[in-house]
This record gives sequence, C-alpha cells and structure tokens, in this order.
Amino acid sequence: MSLVLKKVGEVQKMLNEKDKVFKNLHGFQEPFLEGALKRGSWSNTKEILSKDQNDIIELVKSSQLRGRGGAGFSTGLKWSFMPKNTGKQHYLVVNADESEPGTCKDREIIRNDPHTLVEGCLIASYAIQATKCYIYIRGEYHYEYVQLEKAIEEAYERGFIGKNACGSGFDFDLYVHRGAGAYICGEETALLESLEGKKGQPRLKPPFPAGVGLYGMPTTINNVESIAVVPTILKRGPDWFKSIGAENNTGTKIFCISGNVNKPCTIEEEMGIPLKELVEKHCDGVEGGWDNLKAIVPGGSSTPMLPKNICESVLMNFDDLKANGSGLGTAGVIVVNKNNDIAEVIERFAHFYKHESCGQCTPCREGTGWMHRMMQRLVRGEISPEQIELLENVTKQVEGHTICALGDAAAWPIQGLIKNFKSELISKYNKKLKAS
Amino acid sequence: MSGNHPGLSNNFSRSGEKFSWSKDNLRSIKNIISKYPKGREQSAVMPLLYLAQEQNNNWISIECIETIAETLNMPKIRVTEVASFYSMYNTRPVGENLVQICRTSPCWLRGSNKITKTICKETKCEINDTSDDNKFTVVEVECLGACSNGPMIQINNDFFEDLDEESTKKIIDNIKEGKPNVIGSQKGRRSSENA
Repeated sequence: MSLVLKKVGEVQKMLNEKDKVFKNLHGFQEPFLEGALKRGSWSNTKEILSKDQNDIIELVKSSQLRGRGGAGFSTGLKWSFMPKNTGKQHYLVVNADESEPGTCKDREIIRNDPHTLVEGCLIASYAIQATKCYIYIRGEYHYEYVQLEKAIEEAYERGFIGKNACGSGFDFDLYVHRGAGAYICGEETALLESLEGKKGQPRLKPPFPAGVGLYGMPTTINNVESIAVVPTILKRGPDWFKSIGAENNTGTKIFCISGNVNKPCTIEEEMGIPLKELVEKHCDGVEGGWDNLKAIVPGGSSTPMLPKNICESVLMNFDDLKANGSGLGTAGVIVVNKNNDIAEVIERFAHFYKHESCGQCTPCREGTGWMHRMMQRLVRGEISPEQIELLENVTKQVEGHTICALGDAAAWPIQGLIKNFKSELISKYNKKLKAS
Repeated sequence: MSGNHPGLSNNFSRSGEKFSWSKDNLRSIKNIISKYPKGREQSAVMPLLYLAQEQNNNWISIECIETIAETLNMPKIRVTEVASFYSMYNTRPVGENLVQICRTSPCWLRGSNKITKTICKETKCEINDTSDDNKFTVVEVECLGACSNGPMIQINNDFFEDLDEESTKKIIDNIKEGKPNVIGSQKGRRSSENA
C-alpha cells in the first residue's frame, strides 16, 4: 500500500461533504428505509457477507477504526478477541446508553439515520459469528427507541435481517432493550448485568466479555457510532477511511459541542480537527468572543478540562488530547466562558457522579459523596489550600481503586480543575476569609 | 407530597388494589419474553416494569412487583431490587405530567436554573413536589443526553429543547389548557444543526 498517513499534529483540511458517513445526521431527509437506500445503506451488503469473517475483521483493523464510546480501543482488534467456531451462541451488544454529560451523538444517528446502525449490527455480528444482537438504548431516549424499532421492522420486512439475511444464508436477529435511567449501564459489564434483568453493577474482569459475556456466552460490546461507520468503511475501503484524519486517529468523528458557544451543535468532522476551529467555525465562537473563554472539557464530563492556552492549538483526536493531559472520550465538547464559575461546572459533575455511583465499591460509593460535599464548599470558597490538597489526594485514592472506571471518571474532572485553576481556588478562599 | 425524586426512593407502597395485566399487555409480554433465550426470562423484568408503570398511572406499586415476579417466576426481592436501582421507575404516584429538568453542567451553562425557576413558578411546585391538582410532578435530573440542545426538559416521554423562560412558560401553559405542544427544539431547529 502506498498510502501515506498524516502524522498527528499536521494541519488538516475541513471534511468534504462526500466523505461524511452520516448524510442525514440532522434529519433533513427521510430517516427510514426510503431515504436510507438513497444514502447508500444496504447496497452491497450481501457481497460483504460473502467475505470470510476473518477478512472483515482484518479490513476493519486496517482501517484503524478506534472505538467511539470513550476508551478508543481498536474495534477490529476487539472483534479478533472473540473465540472462533465454539458452537456456543455468540452475541453482539450495542451500547446506546449514551449518558456521558456533553454527549448526544448516538441520539442523532439513531433517530435520523437508524439504518446505518442496523446494517452495521448485521455486518459486525456476522464478523464475530453472532447470530443475535441486542441494542441497549437509554430509557430516556423514547423517541429514538420508536425510530429504531421502526427501522428494524423495515429491515425484517425487506429480508435484510432475520432468516437468510440479505440472501446471504446467515440468520440474524436484532432486538432493542431499553435501559431505565442508570448512567452506570454504559459500562459494558454493568450493561450486560442490566440486560440479564439485574441491577446494573459492573462485573470484575477477567473474565472478559469476549470469553464470558451475556448469559455467559462470548460477547462483544461496541458503541453505536463504531458500529454505524462499519458498513461505509467496508464499502469505501479502509484506505478511504485512513485518508481522513491522521495515523492511528483515522476517519470521521461526530462532535457534540455544548455550553457557552453562540450556536451549540452536533457535527461530523474529520478526526483531529483543531479544537479552536471546531468552536469558531461550527459554533460561531465562544459567547463573548474567544478571549472570554475560560476552559473547555473536550471529551465528555470524565475528561479533564483544558485551559485556554491549550485550546488554542490542540487537535481533537485521541493521541493529541492525551498528550495534552486530557482525552477524546466521547467527543462531547463542553465550553465554559468567563461568565461562569468553573468550580461550579465541576461541582455539578461531582453531583452527577455521586448520583450515578452504583454503590458496589466503597472508594467510589463513599468517595463520590465526599468529593461532592467538598466541591460544594469549594464553590462557596470555604476550603483552605491544605484542604484543596486533601481533596486532590482523595481523588487519587478513589482513582484506580474500583471495579469500573466510574471512580476514575469522578476523580479526573476535579484533578483537572485543581491542576489548572488552583491559584484561583485559593484566592476564592482568601476573599471569603477577608469578607468574614 | 414531597420528599426525594420519586424514582430514587426505596420506599415502595401498596396501592390497595390488585394489579393484573391488561389484555393488550398480556400479548406484549409474550412478545417481549420471546426476545430472550429460554430460561433467561428474567431479562424481561425491565420491559415489564415499563409496561406495569404505564398501566398503573406511571408508578410501580408493591402489587405491580408481585405480579411481575409471578409472571417471570422470579423472587419478589429481585424485581424490587431492579425497580429501586433504576431511576425511571417511580416508586410512588406522580402527577399526570412528570417534568424532569436537566441540571447537569452543559444545560446549567445555558441557564437551566432559570428554567427550573420558571417551571416551579408556573406549576406551583417545589422540586420533587406534585401540584395540588395532580397535573404536574417536578424533579431535577442528571444529564438527559441532549446537550447540544440545552437547556432542556423531559415531560413524560417527550424532550423539549433550546428553552428559554418564555418558551418554557408556554409549554406549561399549553399543558394546563390542554393544548398540544411542539416537541424538540423550541427555537425552530430541526435537530442539533448549527442554526
């Protein structure tokens, strides 16, 4: 292959309309089968299903697609962990429990272009030898659930899924399961527990779901966006996908921008678009101008915030954000300007994690409550520099000491706040001290 | 009646009336159970809780739990556990319109506090209260996943997005007067495009 990939950090151009995977992200066209066929869904699906399963996995691997749910693990590699020809029932489970504050991308895929997901489920399931797939959708997305059920019904009626899907000889069933308002069920093993009709409390790993997953069977869990881009990758080829973005950070990505921008929006762009360009070009800038920017949370509430000077130049991809002390996460970009108290933004996140802790591990159950109470006092300027250090120390006691990553996710935003704005927090305390 | 969020309380109560499935729901149940493998009927507990809640005026009574346990051949405590873990199952009666206001940072940055104030004023409810005429129950909730359209609220199944004080008041007024509301963006956006 002669394709030369861009290095992370190289300046990139804006995404071409024709390179967008989700042509109906905003719902201006017909969302269902009629529109989906025009957009290219369900074309060549039979041909793809005639390929060897390992070949499909290799193609996805070579596209360098990284999971869009937050961790950024190679999707193809994840699929390759599934055991082959076990004689057991394999499952694909799609995580549509989108609940990370700042994130609203899967919602647009599901309600406006659901056939990309349905087709992706079929192809991915075929690749991992799963004849059954469950889509776990968050309970609050009632409208999206209705849209998705309709798309699935259409696909069954046309013979695209079900017995002998697309005439390929592969039998495939697809079901939707609704969550009921628990953020933790976005964690893959909690999601499996929930699907099995239990409280959504994460499982200890190992065993990993690829070995022992849903109902004890080999299972792969993928994010909606990861699955929904797969048909396009296979139709246009991994090289096309790799030509967008940079090495190991390839393809297009849906970004959700919220908070203090003039026009918040959800947009599909090239992976690695500069953060500043994303805000200035697609959201008409920060409320009160770029100089009024305080900080940006780049990848959903769990990722540490970036101060203005880093926001000037950072690229929105996995590796560049990581190098700058944060992460791409779910690409939920939350912009905070100087009119708001940055400490209260984080206090609200702390409240969120306290509320959503499943209660299984002590450091998280007790820690999230304690951290939130400290954050409330910090907002009021009531904690001293020593106590700020204590708070930072406690976040490190929670981080890494729990079964799942919710404890980490609760700790990181607070660490990011203290790292970037410590002097401001201290002067808040001094001011309060003087006033009293 | 006040207290905490009706979905978060663990104090289940009896309605005093036997709960038995409607004919339509009996048919739906058969269909739901068929989605899961044989012997894994417990997986149907969440969909059945939704069905029971819908049939039982939007809350789960102890009678509902008993009926679900019987239908799925599960211990009652397992059904209770699930009903109390997930916040969307209401453990006590709520008003005809359950108004859930998103309070998490993305919505807060765009003024969710003002929306809360407006709703409390217009419905004459405090947070976690039900109005005297039983029309509204008002609660604050964590991120509802429509961040590019904040501030936003959910009333029963419907999302109302891109709110300001005026449009929020209009939505509540329409409900009071029995008039229909436009769901989604209140600023005329199709979804979350730049507009």
